[in-house]
Amino acid sequence: MQIFRSHVLVCSGTGCTASGSAGLFDEFEAQLKANGLENEVKVVKTGCFGLCAEGPIVVVYPEGSMYCRVKKDDVAEIVTEHLLKGRIVKRLLETGDEENKAAADAENTDFFKKQLRIALRNCGKINPENIDEYIAVDGYEALGRVITTMTPEEVIDIMLKSGLRGRGGAGFPTGRKWDFARKSVSDKKYVCCNADEGDPGAFMDRSVLEGDPHVVLEAMAIAGYAIGSDQGYIYVRAEYPIAVKRLEVAIKQAKEYGLLGKNILGTDFSFDIELRLGAGAFVCGEETALMTSIEGHRGEPRPRPPFPAVKGLFGKPTIINNVETYANIPQIILKGPEWFASMGTETSKGTKVFALGGKITNTGLVEIPMGTTLREIVEEIGGGVPNGKKFKAAQTGGPSGGCIPASLIDTPIDYDNLIKIGSMMGSGGLIVMDEDTCMVDLAKFFLEFTVDESCGKCSPCRIGTKRMLEILNRITAGNGTMKDLDELEEIADTLKSNSLCALGQTAANPVLSTIKHFRNEYLAHINEKKCPAKVCKNLMQYVIEKDKCVGCGMCAKACPTNAITRTDYVAPGKKLAAMEIDSSKCVKCGSCLATCKFKAIYKD
Amino acid sequence: MKSLEELRALKAKVKNDMTLRDGADDTRVVVGMATCGIAAGARPVMNTFVEEVSKRNIKNVQVTMTGCMGLCRLEPIVEIIDKDGNKVTYVKMNAEKAARVVAEHLVNGHVVNEFTIGAVAQ
Repeated sequence: MQIFRSHVLVCSGTGCTASGSAGLFDEFEAQLKANGLENEVKVVKTGCFGLCAEGPIVVVYPEGSMYCRVKKDDVAEIVTEHLLKGRIVKRLLETGDEENKAAADAENTDFFKKQLRIALRNCGKINPENIDEYIAVDGYEALGRVITTMTPEEVIDIMLKSGLRGRGGAGFPTGRKWDFARKSVSDKKYVCCNADEGDPGAFMDRSVLEGDPHVVLEAMAIAGYAIGSDQGYIYVRAEYPIAVKRLEVAIKQAKEYGLLGKNILGTDFSFDIELRLGAGAFVCGEETALMTSIEGHRGEPRPRPPFPAVKGLFGKPTIINNVETYANIPQIILKGPEWFASMGTETSKGTKVFALGGKITNTGLVEIPMGTTLREIVEEIGGGVPNGKKFKAAQTGGPSGGCIPASLIDTPIDYDNLIKIGSMMGSGGLIVMDEDTCMVDLAKFFLEFTVDESCGKCSPCRIGTKRMLEILNRITAGNGTMKDLDELEEIADTLKSNSLCALGQTAANPVLSTIKHFRNEYLAHINEKKCPAKVCKNLMQYVIEKDKCVGCGMCAKACPTNAITRTDYVAPGKKLAAMEIDSSKCVKCGSCLATCKFKAIYKD
Repeated sequence: MKSLEELRALKAKVKNDMTLRDGADDTRVVVGMATCGIAAGARPVMNTFVEEVSKRNIKNVQVTMTGCMGLCRLEPIVEIIDKDGNKVTYVKMNAEKAARVVAEHLVNGHVVNEFTIGAVAQ
């Protein structure tokens, strides 16, 4: 085997590919060749490192130097400086760190120090398209041990003891799910992987699939052994082309090695996995709709019970777990349930991956032990709210979740605490909002999403979400009344208790939690006809502060509706007459605010 | 693959390739690879370290490189830093000397005094 003195890891997750990492790999190979280093340095395509805001990311080992926002033109410098001469290219290191040697090692940056990576353990460390690298980091060892030394009951016992709960949102204990399916008697059973990640802002499943696809295959085979199934399906969105491709490669490699297929590792256990691509309907992330879709029908939910563990895919007992749940399982088998249960809180064990987004400095993926406070996530790992703005709230759980206001920022995050404060874990999207976010507008955004994505099968969801959106449109347009608030709450109750599936049952959560924590904002919209965050266009206006205006006229040139004209007033110390905005003509595009260099325009 | 043993055998084989990417607790062999070091012949020294460490299957050793430390006349320079931060500086190295340092220093823990900066640069 060829030995390399240095490894260059180029992130090829979706985030970094979007910011241009695809060309970097070839450029590295070309530059290494030009410098005669191709036999000393190996270039590896890897999965997401989690710091997507700073992408494309390149990490050079053994130093562990993490280079950010690497462009094609930077590659030559990294090769000639770092790889040829051993001088780290400091200008490309992760920002925010002083020029010390700690900054050269990615693990020592604030972003990584507080994290504990179990599900994301291999993401950004191994080449996802090379099964050997996965095997080198204990890959398939857990499956090997399970099928050669344990009974299915022992495996389920480990899962029960570990306290692992489903990472897809609802948090059902994984061991119990498996136990039900084990006890269901049938000639055929199925193992499904829910990779239909649909929450706006959540992308942890995609990162696992792109960075460590084999961990999902291994865990599904373990699940198959535990419940007595020989067939698995991964339901993955077609919008995740990189994840799909890597899964295909991984399945092919695992079959070639005999780690999937008939008589795995010489035992009686056989297990096969097939991919099913989803067309991107949000409702197909709901387990019964997902199964209906795999069966080849239109993706609509069906009533539970019977639960999938009794009567699932093709009418047979089925377990469905989320990608992140699976990613934890091989580690639990290898290190023991006690190890896993030692992390986290009383009722929520282990770690959780969050996709940080919104008004936060380090957008990206973070994995932290359950029970970490929101403050630690936002201020320490996330680097705080940028531009000196104030933290207002965080939204978790996507369209099914709710808001955590600033007053509850010290809440330890776990399944039960989030439910208690009116939100939910969901799949782990965490959107941070600052003072410029209007909470009514936010609730409206999520409702627009659910109205679009409601499958229409049951009327509470189909009609209820639509009516709620109409009310919110009324409120944000300045036509709301107090009666509207009561009506919102009433429809929300109906939705919760009468919808067929979780999509409808939870659709009102963004509205209810914003009413609960930010009632005063709703009242301001309704009574004072004001939007405190100055977002809702009908309830705000742009104003020119005449004493600050130098009369340059740039705003008038930028205005698409000719709403800005010159007045007669010349401010003291200024040479030209000030401008003013005619509100009746203004379409509130904000162009004038963006062009004014003198900060004379403000929102009111 | 027909058994768990086969899987483990493959793992043992491919694992060496990955050790580069973990562990700050390792002993670090740092080879000066600035222009001066390369001109003085640091590349064969580096390659010898990499090959010997892997051939002898020595765990917890990273071979890495660094820039110029200002003592260009003594290049190629190799520093070995253990996990507690204790440092030994070898100077005017070549491939044969590197092989001896691996055998005596990294394997047996004895500093090769005659190659150190104190002995050479009187």
